[in-house]
Amino acid sequence: MNRFALPLALFALLVVVLAISIRHSPDKSLIVSPLVGRAAPGFALPSLTDAQHRVRSEDLRGRWYLLNVWGTWCVECRAEHAMLVDVAHSGVIPIIGLDWKDEDDRALEWLAQLGNPYQAVALDHDGRTAIDWGVYGAPETFLVNAQGVVVYKLVGPLTRESWTREFLPRLPRPAGVGF
Amino acid sequence: MRRAALWIAIAFAMGGVTLAYGIDPTFIDDPALEARYLELTHELRCMQCQNESIADSPVGLASDLRREVRTMVLAGKTDEDVRNYMVSRYGEFILFRPRFSARNAWLWLAPPLFLLIGLIVAVRVVRQRGKLAGSDPDVLNDDGLA
Amino acid sequence: MLPELGHFALILALLLAGLQAFFGIAGAHLRRDRWLAAVAPAVAGQFVMVATAVACLVTAFVSHDFSVRYVAENSNSALPLFYRVTALWGAHEGSLLLWIFLLAGWTLAVAAGTARLPARFSARVLGVLGVVSFGFLLFTLATSNPFLRLIPAAPDGRDLNPILQDPALAIHPPILYTGYVGFAVAFAFACAAMLEGRLDQAWARWTRPWTTSAWAFLTVGIALGSWWAYYELGWGGFWFWDPVENASFMPWLVGTALVHSLAVTDKRGLFKSWTLLLAILTFSLSLLGTFLVRSGVLVSVHSFAADPMRGIFILAFLVVMIGGSLALYAWRAPLLRSSAGFELGARESFLLFNNILLVIAAAIVFGGTMAPLIADALGLPTLSVGTPYFNPTFLMPVLPLLALLPVGLHAKWKKGRLRESERAIGVTLAVALVLSLAVSFGVFAQAKVLTLVGLTLGPWIILSSLLDPLDRWRRKLSVPRAVLGMAIAHIGVGLFVIGITVVQSFTEEHDVALARGEAASVGGYEFRFGGVAQMEGPNYDGVRGSVVVTRHATALGTLYPEKRRYWVQGTVTTEAAIQMNRATNLLIALGDDLGAGRWSVRIQVRPLISLVWLAALVMAIGGAVAGSDRRYHLAARSAAAAAAEGAKEAAG
Repeated sequence: MNRFALPLALFALLVVVLAISIRHSPDKSLIVSPLVGRAAPGFALPSLTDAQHRVRSEDLRGRWYLLNVWGTWCVECRAEHAMLVDVAHSGVIPIIGLDWKDEDDRALEWLAQLGNPYQAVALDHDGRTAIDWGVYGAPETFLVNAQGVVVYKLVGPLTRESWTREFLPRLPRPAGVGF
Repeated sequence: MRRAALWIAIAFAMGGVTLAYGIDPTFIDDPALEARYLELTHELRCMQCQNESIADSPVGLASDLRREVRTMVLAGKTDEDVRNYMVSRYGEFILFRPRFSARNAWLWLAPPLFLLIGLIVAVRVVRQRGKLAGSDPDVLNDDGLA
Repeated sequence: MLPELGHFALILALLLAGLQAFFGIAGAHLRRDRWLAAVAPAVAGQFVMVATAVACLVTAFVSHDFSVRYVAENSNSALPLFYRVTALWGAHEGSLLLWIFLLAGWTLAVAAGTARLPARFSARVLGVLGVVSFGFLLFTLATSNPFLRLIPAAPDGRDLNPILQDPALAIHPPILYTGYVGFAVAFAFACAAMLEGRLDQAWARWTRPWTTSAWAFLTVGIALGSWWAYYELGWGGFWFWDPVENASFMPWLVGTALVHSLAVTDKRGLFKSWTLLLAILTFSLSLLGTFLVRSGVLVSVHSFAADPMRGIFILAFLVVMIGGSLALYAWRAPLLRSSAGFELGARESFLLFNNILLVIAAAIVFGGTMAPLIADALGLPTLSVGTPYFNPTFLMPVLPLLALLPVGLHAKWKKGRLRESERAIGVTLAVALVLSLAVSFGVFAQAKVLTLVGLTLGPWIILSSLLDPLDRWRRKLSVPRAVLGMAIAHIGVGLFVIGITVVQSFTEEHDVALARGEAASVGGYEFRFGGVAQMEGPNYDGVRGSVVVTRHATALGTLYPEKRRYWVQGTVTTEAAIQMNRATNLLIALGDDLGAGRWSVRIQVRPLISLVWLAALVMAIGGAVAGSDRRYHLAARSAAAAAAEGAKEAAG
């Protein structure tokens, strides 16, 4: 082969790489969490609604649940809240809230105003539990199975589209049409 | 596009301040530990930011992660412990210095490989031109232009 | 009306660029000399049209025409006049327009400068520049039109990004782009030579001043960007190996190789195909940089400008421009042969090593910058590549490069007679070594191996660069500008090495919590915090702290770090306070209010950091001096004479 054609060949390779990256670029922000497929980190945090009890990960063993990371300072959380309420009404799966670095009064006000989709809300004042879960931007929603293994993680607001496309098919049994 | 907008929104929601930066009163009395703390925080990526380390980022999460690093360093954990802790939560993406592993080997082997190729080329060209040096017509354009 | 006029002018410019490309390339190829006559007027017309478009957009900015979407997005009624003008290139669409404007300007200069060169060659050069311009104009009109209207008009604008409201960053893009675009000229010369199938030493001589000037601009542009990052981004770093920075650094590295390789092609008629390849690569990397920055594929989680349409368009443009020129290269380069030889130790051999090492350095930066994309293409998990990767790997080729420089400066063309300079090399090295030990242990009382190496290499390079001009001066010989420029540029390299070594080795940095009246001591300086006060600017408010600096009980002054909140976007910026004391930069930045009057404060003592930017400026001055050597222009004149002579002979 003509060695002067080598740069052209290398450039062709580069074009392939660039073309792939353009195709993937809308999904660039989805960094695969190392947590998926592994045991969900344990936690035992104070509850927002019940000063007597703590929300513990052990108590959640044996059933599927969603862990939704939110905060009243988070703009996108407000956007997804109605969807969370819908999911809670459908009764398909319980939702546990993780109120991330927030003020309790404002969080209670938020739930009173927008409705409370959560079975329990754990308070993560210092953000340690969020770090254990590898959270880097609210809202994030984790799907955890009965064995306590993380099945799926959604970064960004929960929408009807992501719910039907990503969450429903992963649930153990078909859970009604339309939802 | 929607995702980009979302990320900007998140950045705003999280930090509010995207361009100020994180400063904690992190003075650690032991200079050796302080040095390790600084080095480690400069090696870890702020996941919400554009190419910033947690040492330089103003967002809340970066400050939380700095606190974790500080606690671990003070508790006598090794640098590798800290990295493992971060990678097990956030993935390899959080490391600005990719680890040498089967997947990343090409990245670390490329520079020495480039140097080797360069050396081979240099030797070949010098040999080839050296043979011509005695016999070629003198085409030196010697007018002092460097 | 004016925005529509600007839009229309851009369309006309597109047509003229098309004519320029067609008549230039086809006219030369088909030997229709009458077609060639249309090229220069097309160039001039295109410049006028692009200038009109720029004037229209500037007018829209200055007169607060918020019915233009681009103005509404990047200006505000409270924005000062200076920034209303520079807001022109404050975002994507306007920067493209600036790029096109500078290209039109360079093309006009090339048309004037090559008027004395053979007509077909000149036409080909202008034709290739026309293709580049056509591509950029088409891109702008198709995906990034700055003249789009906003109906109904916005009541007020969303303001220029506050971090761009800064004098250094206001002039950084035009200078940087002047460098990028200047390499388009070298690229066009290379393509013209390949189209012609002929490349001689005269070609290299014509190309050199253009390339050297472009290189000087790019050098200043990068240095300005780094300076801005240092004081505006707030945390005191000056180079982050950010994809955007790397995008400008890669063409600089390969462009530096090109400047040196052109010297060999000019003097000895050697490395012809290699020089062509470097000319193509330098410009290709400028284009690729534009692609990476503008398409948003590299900007990790924040895909600010992620617009797949733009990405696809630029990729197509890259395939046409880079792919086309590399295909031309694969076809034509084998024709270029040289029978010249040189010995090991001759100047050619050192320039060969210089080129190989610079290209390796560029390849390393390229690999690291592209790594996330390559991993993605291979289906591997996303990874991050940052400073801890780049610093050590980049040194691998650069240390030998710097070590070979002072030796190579003594080398003669063709013959490897280094022994004759043995003494000069040894003496300069010994002096540098003594200096290095004295500075490390005398001033800073400590040293790591790399510190000693850097502090030896820097002075050694400077001393060696001085020898040739001094020798000429002592023997009462003239010192041509090309020689002088080279010496200055290399002294710049030496200064840069010293600066970067001292900064990297001896910076002290601490984050501390201070209440009013408390003091912290860093690097032998005492910093006493005087609390913060509210303040207000033209389009922002915020707080200003005061810190009194003393050293050995002598007061050095008061620093006022600020935290500003810009009203329109609500963005908070950190304005670090910087004071220079005996070549050491003291930097103080305000962090957060910790309550009860306590603030977190970052204190950084960076010795000799200004030398890093100063050195880059010295390098650029060297390039400007060398590029202005009159004999390059005389060479062009004699080429014109020879061509006329040749024509006469052919006629006779």
